[in-house]
Amino acid sequence: MAEPKRNDDSMDATPNVTEVETADAATVAESVAAIEAPAQRGEPILQVRNLVKHFPLTQGILFKKQVGAVKAVDGVSFDLYQGETLGIVGESGCGKSTVAKLLMTLEQATAGEVFFKGQDITRLSGRALKAVRRNIQMVFQDPYTSLNPRMTVGDIIGEPFDIHPEVAPKGDRRRKVQELLDVVGLNPEYINRYPHQFSGGQRQRIGIARGLALNPEIIICDEPVSALDVSVQAQVINLMEKLQDEFNLSYIFIAHDLSIVRHISDRVGVMYLGKIAEIGTDTQIYDHPTHPYTQALLSAVPVPDPDAREGRDRIILSGDVPSPANPPSGCRFRTRCWKAQDKCATEVPLLAIPERFKGTDGHTAHESACHFAEERDVVHAA
Amino acid sequence: MPEALKDTVKDQPAEAPVAPRTDGKVGKPRSLWSDAWHDLRRNPLFVVSAVLILFLVTMAAFPQLFTSADPRYADLAKHYLQKPNWGHFFSEDWFGYDIQGRSIYARVVYGARASILVAIVVTGLVTVLGTLVGMLAGYFGGWIDTILSRVTDIFFAVPFMLGAMVVLTSFTERSIWVVILSLAFLGWTQIARVARGSVLTIKQADYVMAAKALGASTSRILLRHIMPNAIAPVIVVATIALGGYISAEATLSFLGIGLAEPAVSWGVDISSGQEQLRNAAFVLIIPSVMVSITVLAFIMLGDAVRNALDPKLR
Amino acid sequence: MTIIDHTTADVPSPHGSPEDSGPLLEVRDLHVEFHTRDGVARAVNGVNYSVSSGETLAVLGESGSGKSVTAQAIMGILDMPPGRIPQGEILYRGRDMLTMSNEERRLIRGQKIAMIFQDALSSLNPVLSVGYQLGEMFRVHQGLSKKEAKAKAIELMDRVRIPAAKDRVNDYPHQFSGGMRQRIMIAMALALEPDLIIADEPTTALDVTVQAQVMDLLAELQREYNMGLILITHDLGVVADVADKIAVMYAGRIVETAPVHELYKRPAHPYTRGLLDSIPRLDQKGQELYAIKGLPPNLTRIPAGCAFNPRCPSAQDICRTDIPALLSVTERDGTELPGRGSACHFWKETIHG
Repeated sequence: MAEPKRNDDSMDATPNVTEVETADAATVAESVAAIEAPAQRGEPILQVRNLVKHFPLTQGILFKKQVGAVKAVDGVSFDLYQGETLGIVGESGCGKSTVAKLLMTLEQATAGEVFFKGQDITRLSGRALKAVRRNIQMVFQDPYTSLNPRMTVGDIIGEPFDIHPEVAPKGDRRRKVQELLDVVGLNPEYINRYPHQFSGGQRQRIGIARGLALNPEIIICDEPVSALDVSVQAQVINLMEKLQDEFNLSYIFIAHDLSIVRHISDRVGVMYLGKIAEIGTDTQIYDHPTHPYTQALLSAVPVPDPDAREGRDRIILSGDVPSPANPPSGCRFRTRCWKAQDKCATEVPLLAIPERFKGTDGHTAHESACHFAEERDVVHAA
Repeated sequence: MPEALKDTVKDQPAEAPVAPRTDGKVGKPRSLWSDAWHDLRRNPLFVVSAVLILFLVTMAAFPQLFTSADPRYADLAKHYLQKPNWGHFFSEDWFGYDIQGRSIYARVVYGARASILVAIVVTGLVTVLGTLVGMLAGYFGGWIDTILSRVTDIFFAVPFMLGAMVVLTSFTERSIWVVILSLAFLGWTQIARVARGSVLTIKQADYVMAAKALGASTSRILLRHIMPNAIAPVIVVATIALGGYISAEATLSFLGIGLAEPAVSWGVDISSGQEQLRNAAFVLIIPSVMVSITVLAFIMLGDAVRNALDPKLR
Repeated sequence: MTIIDHTTADVPSPHGSPEDSGPLLEVRDLHVEFHTRDGVARAVNGVNYSVSSGETLAVLGESGSGKSVTAQAIMGILDMPPGRIPQGEILYRGRDMLTMSNEERRLIRGQKIAMIFQDALSSLNPVLSVGYQLGEMFRVHQGLSKKEAKAKAIELMDRVRIPAAKDRVNDYPHQFSGGMRQRIMIAMALALEPDLIIADEPTTALDVTVQAQVMDLLAELQREYNMGLILITHDLGVVADVADKIAVMYAGRIVETAPVHELYKRPAHPYTRGLLDSIPRLDQKGQELYAIKGLPPNLTRIPAGCAFNPRCPSAQDICRTDIPALLSVTERDGTELPGRGSACHFWKETIHG
């Protein structure tokens, strides 16, 4: 199908090899450290199994008839461990935001389970659900719409205590809210101001403070910095990392910006059309990707360094992401994949460590849903 | 890490420039309502209409302050169709006398009560009912929405004045409360539609999602998050509709199916003034002008409120 | 230290010089302000830049830096009021667009300068087919018949590589994907073969894989038509790909200009340096990110002196009092670095230290 279009420079860039050697050595040393870290992670705090969400497409006004379904999330599984950050990347429409809503039980899953400390939260309701919600909180993408414009900052950050009065006794709340403002780096005297008196970055801090109020164990961040200016993004990312250390939080960090995801994540899952294409540690995914979609995605990231850029392997995919209402048979990426063969149209590739890499202990041995998985470094200049 | 980080993460002190929107009064809470109020006070349209309305409401509440004459006292012999004395400010014969020799000035002053009472009570009822229906339909959707919206459509399809006439003619005793209830019964649909549309947008907002994620109850979401944000367009529509109810009351009274003698109302006076149109036009014109001024004042107020609350301008 | 003088270096005299020499568009000392309830917001405070045929100028800045307002002033789509242009010139081939007649200006803005917006869906009319909207340009400006215009529209759609253009010419905007819609926008901008295209965040709303396609297309068409291109963006990555020279804006001023490779290698303004340092890298896992402290300034109360001084790690007293001019940047030994400028009192320390 789509013939990958490569940058001419990448073809004859080999003479540069000697120069790059030193840089490579440094990354190898770093990646060894990275692979050892997850060893002491113990039981997962969140286990997602075969999560499915189909939005029915209906026709007719009075008597609605289902004519199809948008398969927003179609069998997603992963684990999240205490204190780690799992990044989820993908393009718009890949279902990453729906995953966030399903984990927050803001949407009802069509099928599948989400175990929080062994308890399936997709089946909970009422009091039990409310109790679980204390432990899983969310930070939203748009700091302009995620704060109620008619409430003061104090009321917004204090609302979790109104809903869960057992967390903070009434007389204590104002102090707690001011503490939270201080923790996220805002002046505690701002407590009586309204959201529109703050800039985007400050609002996002207010959103984070609200998320922290109930001392949750997991925070789901749906594109938390993508609406912010570049110079403010770094502040918020640093804040989130600081808070993670301070409160031993686990993050699910959903974003489309691959550089930021690499920066903050311990492990990364790549989603395409409602499925996970590849998942592994940040080193495995960024330095040793084996799924063609991951490779294309990484190679398309504009890098703020024109020199490094010119030495990189570039894959430009043709066409657009197919509609999730009518995804391709077999492997969902096959319509845009340059490696696609007949097998890809008939057999759905499973998310598993590819047969040929099994037993090896290199970075290529991670789960990848491709029949023809092979390593290709697209991130580093050749 | 935390210590070194503090500097890079911490925001500037309070006196440094903060949000692009904050002005010199940094540190003062500025709610959207207070911002709107701030805008309103500077709008001449608002000042004029507010002064007018204040004046009319005072007149409705305390007519005795404006005249000592009795609007029902008729002196056929002395004052039959006496022309206005434009120089006699606030005196009994300022606007002249009607066909039964009653002071038109006194009747205009006392007539304000009926108009203002009808307008305010009807608007109040309509706003409560319309908002309730609109909010429930918009927030819950599904079959609740289907039923409530169809009911709204049915009421909406009834021509307002014709409907009011039909309802009112079925009563033999038509007190002011009958008029109020029948106008409210037919008038809530517009507000219900506006409220529903507004709620449909607001419920998509991330802050509603955030409240749900915290485990907030439905009533909390509706009262704390949806209502305060959805109410602005409702207030605008209600203010403008207020003027409409004043003219509706006058029209119905004029047609003889609203208030009737011996009730004192602008509509009743317009109706009786019409008989003397050729030889004493002022009997008809003076109450009509009052109706127009009042309606205009409320429409201007509605306009000013809309400008102040319009989210596109903030 | 010399102050870069844009008026002498590369501008022909406004009259009499051949049209194709000198810059296509030049903005001189442009100021734009908005009158708001909170006071006068000074969005653009003396911007100078120029673009020649075949050249790509990237204007880089955060929200509120004035990058888009400048472009809107060029296109004449500023909301006035509340906007106002108290001083400045916008020269198209040496002639000031701010002082010419409405009719003249309209001709230039319609046919010679075109703009591409971030949000293609809201820039296209949803009730007209894309073929009709593309053809409209030819019918209105060149007086072609309906049939000829349609043929031209198909040709344009082929040009921007929309597959099966012939079959899709009668489709409506919502039937196209985001990337395809942005291509249609590009086709529309290209229709009258303008000299200059202003692209305001053309790929920000698109996915990375599609972003690359669209940027490539834009660069290729620019070469083919030998157009000038002003690319307005906040994304340091996108700029690195296609720009020839970069102007970095902050609080309505240009704080640094440089050829693209130079800027990334050796920034000469602390703001640029801070921005570059605060972006995480794709090819290696970094440590803690460098973050520029504080927030972008309030445009109604821009700090005295250098607007960046409250956030600058190396601000001195002079920075709080004197506004730095855009000074030309040289090597340590005084060798001129062509095209480089920095509005920093301490550019030497920044680039060499």
